[in-house]
Amino acid sequence: MSGDELWYWLFGRLDAKALPFVRAYDHPVLSEFIGAGAGAMVVIGAVGVVALLTYMRWWRPLFLDWLTSLDHKKIGVMYVVIAGVMLTRALIEAVLMRTQQSLAINAPGIVAPEHFAQLFSTHGTIMIFFMAMPFLTGLINYVVPLQIGARDVAFPLLNSISLMLTAGGAGLVMISLAIGEFSTGGWSGYPPYTGKAFQPGVGPDYWIWAVTLTSLGTTFSGLNFAATIYKKRCPGMHLMRMPLFSWTALCTSILMIFAMPPLTLATALLALDRYADFHFFTNDLGGNMMNYVNLFWLFGHPEVYIIVLPAFGVYSEVISAFSSKELYGYTSLVLATMAIGVLSFTVWLHHFFTMGQSANINAVFGIATMTIGIPTGVKVYDWIWTMFRGEVRFTTQMLFSLAFIVTFVLGGFSGILLAVPPIDYVVHNTVFLVAHFHNVIIPGTLFGMIAGYQYWFPKAFGFRLVEGWGKISFVCWVVGFYLAFMPLYVLGLGGMARRSQALFEPDYRPWLIVAVVGAFLLLTALATLFVQLVVSVRERERNRVPVGDPWDARSLEWSVSAPPPEYNFATIPQVGRRDAFYWRKAARGAYKPADHYRDITVPKNSWVGPFVGLGGAACGFGLVWHIWWMTILGFAGVWITVVVRSFVRDTHRVIPAAEVEATDRRWLDQAASAHPIPRRLEESPENFGLAEPFPAPVPA
Amino acid sequence: MPNTVESPPSKGASPALRSASLARIAPVLVVATLLPLGGCGVLDHGMLGAAGPVADQTRHLFFIVCGILLFVVGPVLLLTPLFAWHYRLSNTKSAYRPQWGFNWPLEGLIWIPPILIVVLLAVFLWRDTHRLDPYKPLASALPPTEVQAVALDWKWLFIYPEEGVASVNELVFPADRPVHISLTSGTVMQSFFIPKLAGQIYAMAGMTTQMNLAAGAPGTFRGENTQFNGMGFQNQKFQVRAEPATDYRAWLARAKTDGRTLDMPAYKALSVRSVQAEPSRYGAVTPDLFKAIIALDDAGAHAAHKEAKQ
Repeated sequence: MSGDELWYWLFGRLDAKALPFVRAYDHPVLSEFIGAGAGAMVVIGAVGVVALLTYMRWWRPLFLDWLTSLDHKKIGVMYVVIAGVMLTRALIEAVLMRTQQSLAINAPGIVAPEHFAQLFSTHGTIMIFFMAMPFLTGLINYVVPLQIGARDVAFPLLNSISLMLTAGGAGLVMISLAIGEFSTGGWSGYPPYTGKAFQPGVGPDYWIWAVTLTSLGTTFSGLNFAATIYKKRCPGMHLMRMPLFSWTALCTSILMIFAMPPLTLATALLALDRYADFHFFTNDLGGNMMNYVNLFWLFGHPEVYIIVLPAFGVYSEVISAFSSKELYGYTSLVLATMAIGVLSFTVWLHHFFTMGQSANINAVFGIATMTIGIPTGVKVYDWIWTMFRGEVRFTTQMLFSLAFIVTFVLGGFSGILLAVPPIDYVVHNTVFLVAHFHNVIIPGTLFGMIAGYQYWFPKAFGFRLVEGWGKISFVCWVVGFYLAFMPLYVLGLGGMARRSQALFEPDYRPWLIVAVVGAFLLLTALATLFVQLVVSVRERERNRVPVGDPWDARSLEWSVSAPPPEYNFATIPQVGRRDAFYWRKAARGAYKPADHYRDITVPKNSWVGPFVGLGGAACGFGLVWHIWWMTILGFAGVWITVVVRSFVRDTHRVIPAAEVEATDRRWLDQAASAHPIPRRLEESPENFGLAEPFPAPVPA
Repeated sequence: MPNTVESPPSKGASPALRSASLARIAPVLVVATLLPLGGCGVLDHGMLGAAGPVADQTRHLFFIVCGILLFVVGPVLLLTPLFAWHYRLSNTKSAYRPQWGFNWPLEGLIWIPPILIVVLLAVFLWRDTHRLDPYKPLASALPPTEVQAVALDWKWLFIYPEEGVASVNELVFPADRPVHISLTSGTVMQSFFIPKLAGQIYAMAGMTTQMNLAAGAPGTFRGENTQFNGMGFQNQKFQVRAEPATDYRAWLARAKTDGRTLDMPAYKALSVRSVQAEPSRYGAVTPDLFKAIIALDDAGAHAAHKEAKQ
């Protein structure tokens, strides 16, 4: 066996050129240095984390308390951590792209075309699959079982597997910074451009396997959440008594179950094209890329609602809580949510009005698209009327919700414009479209996720986030958003194509400069969000809310301590109406011990999730680089783990009734000794998590 | 029906406070005023600076839809800050009805107007999607100029089948009549777009799409591919010239003086990935070359496929 053959057996097509540092050494230009810098950040970040874990002796707790945990709350937190890390990377990439465009008007700028194309591909892929999805999956994981009075999700082990598959996909995207390159085909990965004939390198393969891992994880999450909501609700929690966040979680889960398979299929067929010379989407021999485009958007449009609906749920909770009022039009909101879910499957063609189908087809899909505006408009008005005759407090969460309503409506405005095919023809593929989808997704998802994070953080960690930094961050997010994206509407109307690494029109310059200022402000906003977290952790003693109800909220997750015990509820609650906790508080029955405490069975920690995630990522990495032994090992590892697990009988442990009772009584003692506080003091250190009972008279 | 909202109490700011805040926002105001002046030209590069009947009608539709949508957006933009501020916790004079969560007339007000607006928009949408269908020939006394466009990496090839000439990165046509363009791709999918004249349409290998457009008057415009297709994407712009009929004839005559013939080998050489900065022309074109290019990627036309590969 020659040296080359041995190398191929061991390392596939991996070689020194795969390392950005080597590329920067070979071609010492700024663009390559930026790439090498990014690769170095991944390496340094990984080394830093390892060093920190070792120094703090956190390895054991990391694995034994977190990574192997099947507790839905810990899994939820880990999802949000993934989202935070990935958001940071993708936002830095956005700033880099905006900087490039503002500099590259009849000039080369700082990043080369190849590099720029990878930037917009990873930015989109990360923001959708590894920021928005993990963030909302994390919030749903944390909150839904608590809201419906369950001890955990229906399938805790599957939950851990979902998390680890997503983490594996995110890992592949991160590794691509340090080893090799990413796709240049955008987040939608249209063939034939992403086919072997046009991109023979590893880029599209990284994209395919990262997306495949996370789409499998998301399908499992959807099944898990749907089963949880259908089967694990506490006695009396009828569907029409569920808090709205749980409703949106249910709708999103259903969408995940039906929308993810077309994506998994599309990427699998594309992989067959690339690896096995199939011709599903090639130009020649009967391939047709239009099939891919349809499959992708059959997933892609419901995906928009997968990521938007949970945020709608957050806003419903936040606006109701911070208006001290029941939600206006609960039934309408539920109907509107489900209507959006159904309609979301009927509009995918509007992503390619310009592909040459007949005017009848375009008009039908255009009208279907506008129809979604009706339930969406209803929801917006329901939130507005929830504030009507309420007692509105301008906390960070509420400010994000208000900014969302105003901003999202503008996104809806441009959305209706794009739904009209003749108007779409003149702004499709321009930055007008880019402005539109950021205009709906940033307020419609990101603001909602941040609001949810601020809202439920005290529940998860037992202390509130500081308000000052939260408000600074809010101002940066909102002002940054308007500066970054409003100019793109103008530029798009001026015919500026999206994904342009260089521009040749001096008239674009002032608008691009405003946009880059906005992008930097958005990065500042993220930084202040992290500052808020650090400051809050340091000042946690001042902001403790152990009794668990800092906002005088209405649903069951607030009826337990903060943080909640592992088993969520000492006794499974019984509910008789909507807003159960609110009425229990009104009847002075919220902080009472149970008649009987029973033993509680919880799932034992399991290494299955981490092994499956690691095996999946190894399989993906092997496939990307054609390292076949690693592919087989990873794939076999996944299945061996699952099969072995199926023979394990000892999967649960019992928490004795005495321990449950002791924990519960400790918490009840805290509640009894806490001073109930009225709403005007909820941001003060006196807020111990016990709300002044209703009705709350507001002193003059 | 819900009560009408009491107007929030107005607070008079002291003059000193007002001038201080004015000083703070003065730079912002200056920028806000200058920006449109410096940047107004940008809108002229797109559909709002329409230079042909299709873009012109689209612009008209755009304003109609925007006008209707103001009725959707307006109330939300007004009511959100109004309610939030009026019902703030510190306003002790505002009503508080924590159990108020449903009202039939209000439900009607929330559901029915959006439905009516969508119905109204749907009427415009149906009419104008048909009227502005890119496949629909434009009304004209003169027959349209036929052009066959081939999307290549990273340039556009325009074949004039009636004239037997071809050009690269330069689309020239007489301004006194419409143009009918048939499009295909010699590579990945691309999107053909002349912002000031008409909308866009995809060009795909092995398939043909169509577009009709016209210029209202002679002029020079920018055309582009808007679908990302690789490293030369940003450079893939082409010049569009609507010329008086005599100038167009002169351009054709000049094109014919070019000694090169665009046949399949010449097409193969042209279709190699490259950016071509200056337009070029071919004095002659093999008949039915466009069909042959489509057949390259059409599995049904297997014979043509084999022939082309040789």
